[in-house]
Amino acid sequence: MTGQACYAVLGALLFCLSFHALIIAVHPLRRLLAVNVMGSSVFLVFIAGAGPRDPLPQALVITGIVVAVAATALGLNLLLRLAGPAEDDRPSAGQDGS
Amino acid sequence: MSASSLLPLLVLWPLAGGLLGLLLPRGAGPLLLGVSTGNLALAVALVDALAGAGKVAHSVGGWSTPLGIALRADGLSAVLILVAGAVAPLLALYASAAYAGRELRYFAGLFLLFLGALNGLFIAGDLFNLYVTLELLGLSAVALAALGGGAAALAASLRYLLATITGSLAYLLGVALLYRATGTLDLLQLSGQGPALPGGAVAFALMVAGLLLKAAVFPLHFWLPPAHANASPPVSAALSALAVKAPLYLLLRLWLSTYDGAWPLVAELLAAIGAAGVLWCSLQAVLQRRAKLLVAYSTVAQLGYLLLALALVPAAGAAAYGAFTLLLVSHVLAKAGLFLAVGNLARRAGHDRLDGFERVVQHLPLSASAIALAGVSLMGMPPSGGFNGKWLLLQAAIATGDWWLVAVILVGGLLAAVYIFKLIEHTFGGSDRPDATALPRRMEWAALTLAASAVGVGFLGQPLLRLLGGVP
Amino acid sequence: MSEHELLPLAVLATSLLPGLVIFFLPEGAVRVRSVLNLAGATVKLVLVAVMLWGVSRGENYAVSYPLLPGLTFSLRADSLALLFVTLSAQLWFLTTIYAIGYLESSPNRARFFGFFSLCVTATVGVAMAGNLITFLLFYELLTLSTYPLVVHRETAAARAAGNRYLAYTIGGGAALLLGTAWLYAETGTLTFTPRGFVDGSGASSPVLAAIFFLLVAGVGVKAALVPLHGWLPRAMVAPAPVSALLHAVAVVKAGAFGIIRIVYDVFGVEYAAELGVTDALAAVAAVTIIYGSLRALAQDDLKRRLAFSTVSQVSYIALGVAIVGPLASIGGIVHLVHQGLMKITLFFCAGNYAETLGLHKVSELDGVGRRMPLTTAAFTVAALGMIGLPPMAGFISKWYLGLGAIEAGATWAVFVLAGSSALNAAYFLPILHRAWFRAPTAAWAPVPAGVRAETALALLLPPVITALLVLLAGVLASVQYSPQEWATLVVRREFYAP
Repeated sequence: MTGQACYAVLGALLFCLSFHALIIAVHPLRRLLAVNVMGSSVFLVFIAGAGPRDPLPQALVITGIVVAVAATALGLNLLLRLAGPAEDDRPSAGQDGS
Repeated sequence: MSASSLLPLLVLWPLAGGLLGLLLPRGAGPLLLGVSTGNLALAVALVDALAGAGKVAHSVGGWSTPLGIALRADGLSAVLILVAGAVAPLLALYASAAYAGRELRYFAGLFLLFLGALNGLFIAGDLFNLYVTLELLGLSAVALAALGGGAAALAASLRYLLATITGSLAYLLGVALLYRATGTLDLLQLSGQGPALPGGAVAFALMVAGLLLKAAVFPLHFWLPPAHANASPPVSAALSALAVKAPLYLLLRLWLSTYDGAWPLVAELLAAIGAAGVLWCSLQAVLQRRAKLLVAYSTVAQLGYLLLALALVPAAGAAAYGAFTLLLVSHVLAKAGLFLAVGNLARRAGHDRLDGFERVVQHLPLSASAIALAGVSLMGMPPSGGFNGKWLLLQAAIATGDWWLVAVILVGGLLAAVYIFKLIEHTFGGSDRPDATALPRRMEWAALTLAASAVGVGFLGQPLLRLLGGVP
Repeated sequence: MSEHELLPLAVLATSLLPGLVIFFLPEGAVRVRSVLNLAGATVKLVLVAVMLWGVSRGENYAVSYPLLPGLTFSLRADSLALLFVTLSAQLWFLTTIYAIGYLESSPNRARFFGFFSLCVTATVGVAMAGNLITFLLFYELLTLSTYPLVVHRETAAARAAGNRYLAYTIGGGAALLLGTAWLYAETGTLTFTPRGFVDGSGASSPVLAAIFFLLVAGVGVKAALVPLHGWLPRAMVAPAPVSALLHAVAVVKAGAFGIIRIVYDVFGVEYAAELGVTDALAAVAAVTIIYGSLRALAQDDLKRRLAFSTVSQVSYIALGVAIVGPLASIGGIVHLVHQGLMKITLFFCAGNYAETLGLHKVSELDGVGRRMPLTTAAFTVAALGMIGLPPMAGFISKWYLGLGAIEAGATWAVFVLAGSSALNAAYFLPILHRAWFRAPTAAWAPVPAGVRAETALALLLPPVITALLVLLAGVLASVQYSPQEWATLVVRREFYAP
């Protein structure tokens, strides 16, 4: 098995594992982490599919990582506001933290 | 301005407006109205340009593919950009009355980002930019859904976020596999290649599963009703009318173009889950006791019709393709109007329980009329956009001999009548509450205009189909 | 756009536009609303008269607009359409006057009159529809615009009746839609054509028969064919003008008119007979006629008795259509008008009893003829017409139906007619006897202040006028432009090969 194929299989395995974690996890933070790992697994597959001098996957994965960071930030913000004490029913409460 | 330079402008204009909206301390209302109206003008210009040419393309910055970004628009892109562009100013009008202060600022910024992402998605020419716009759309939609700020809305948004990221990643994994096999992501270069590629079927399954999850198609709809029902009215309208259509659009492109409508099993599966969605979720809508949940379930049911139409395209051709488009357009208009109208009733009543809508028909006649008009289109009664779509869908199903689909379409229409009239019935009768606060008139007019256009678009079937052109 | 295209649209607009404007008028703007309504109704009458004159001289009034490839919105004023349009326009005018008097000072009148106008628009649209899809469009609009009238009182009973009404009519609409879509897939056209268009289309007979039953089931709901009639007696909770409109003009007639269109202009009566579907239709109509009359006998509530009478009488139209032959056709079609005139008179009168004296039951009507002689006289004329006594209009219908049945060799139908007439007499004559010949059991409610006649003029004039029309339609049956002459023209021109 070549190194590239190895990464691809690893990526696929990671994807399945993180998907499993996403399904069985109860705590939202764990699920957010699972989604993050899932993102990394997809990037791994992407890089594994590229030739050594192919710039495109690098460019794409960097973009993908930026998107993933943004999504994680949004998720963490939602989590914080959800966990925040006594903010439940005030319409605009907690937005200072964003 | 040349036709092709319209394409980047359709993305940049709302995106710039959105960033400005988040940064500027005040003036969000006029900004929101101005930018969304400008966007409508751009959409109309695009339609005008396409009417002559049929197709428009643009390479951003002059860079060609694979490194550059290719933007392309055909009839379907133009129809969708036009209808989204038409809805946006009305949602903006409603929001400028419903929100104030920081809430309005956030709505303006996020909604314009949402609009830019939507436009970008409809004209993106390669699979990766489709991913980026899809993610931007999803994230701005989640942020919008959380805008209401109550615990239920936050929890629903978090669920929405996880679902939408998971869907995107499944899609992206499929894209990675396609890239492995072909070395390109350009839709034109990939055209028709999908089925023969090594791993092509796996890639397809991953992409389709991800997109169906993002579109909240039955049975992957679990996240939609709470998210849409707990958001505030203009957000619910934007999400239900526009956000869930984007993944379906992408699914259509992938299947019909990259995969050339391959594998009869795919058509059968799409038809089966579409039919199950129509029946099950219409039934769920009938059983709801909260108005906004009822409307949200109606959305999932109506998405089922879109899947039915999509499933019939390879066999029935133009009729099914037209049905998909007309059903989509009329659902955008009707559902946006319906969510706004129901939002008005809920705001006046202080809650959205059906049995507490007391004599609303007297106090908010325009909103009640909006519900009725939107209902006409959702039930598929003539004359309305919904009827035109349903008629073409029936013709497609009869032509292919799929009589069970004919039955599903008719039963779905009857169930829609039941839940719509459940909504309408509760606006009659009950005890009077003359002390309730009045609503700004434009909130009622925005709802009524949207709902009336869902009916009015029934008279625009021919021009829309002409703009749409043949099956790509 | 020429006047020939403009006139059908204008006839629709004369009720559509006032209706839409009325929705936006404040509740208190009684005068503006009444003026709008009556002006619209008057203009409509004038326009209809112009078209009647034109069509009798062979002019064509038609307009169309493409909806989808192969599907057009098409209005056409042929002679059959005008028969129904004229009836609707006249009765709308009178019912508007009646409703203004009846609903004086009751709540939600803006809503009521708005939907009332939409209802008439839909009826006129049903009449002038040039193809099946346009028919379907207005047929559904009629369903939607009558629902708010049925639930107008907003009581629990009204809402229950509204739900029942919807369950029937929306189900019927779905059957009609399926039949229409299937027919289009089989034949590629939906345009109403004299003597039909399905013959020679290449579709197989069983498929065409199935389509026929779907279409007739769809319109049969509104025509209250047994067993699809259940909504009608329930809908009696609506205010009297609505009952008058539903039962005499709009809803049941739209259904009966649909049967006429489907048999003559879609299938062609001779081809339908070849398919064997007219026999089934005749059987259903005969059962409905007898069943409705029997149920009417047992009702003590006056409006319910009239409702079951409607179930029975409307099927005369279906019977006339299903007995294949020109004379029976004339009888069926002329009954569309005659039954409308007679039944609206009866409902106006029932409304007058209820509104003036608070009488709702047959058993309360003892001696009412002395207190309200003009209303009771109008009621008497219409009831005798229903029984079929000459020289009332109803006699003409039954005469032609009977002659037609004999001509076509359907002797059994003559027995159905005779039996039904006997039953009609059995449920109408006791009412007349009570009203004229029995002594009142209690003192009458006092006359409202400011009213000099037996009841308000707006309530009294419409039934008196329609009763006179019932008489005139019978006495002057052979004069040009009488319903009977016009029905003869329709049948000669369009239904049978010359």
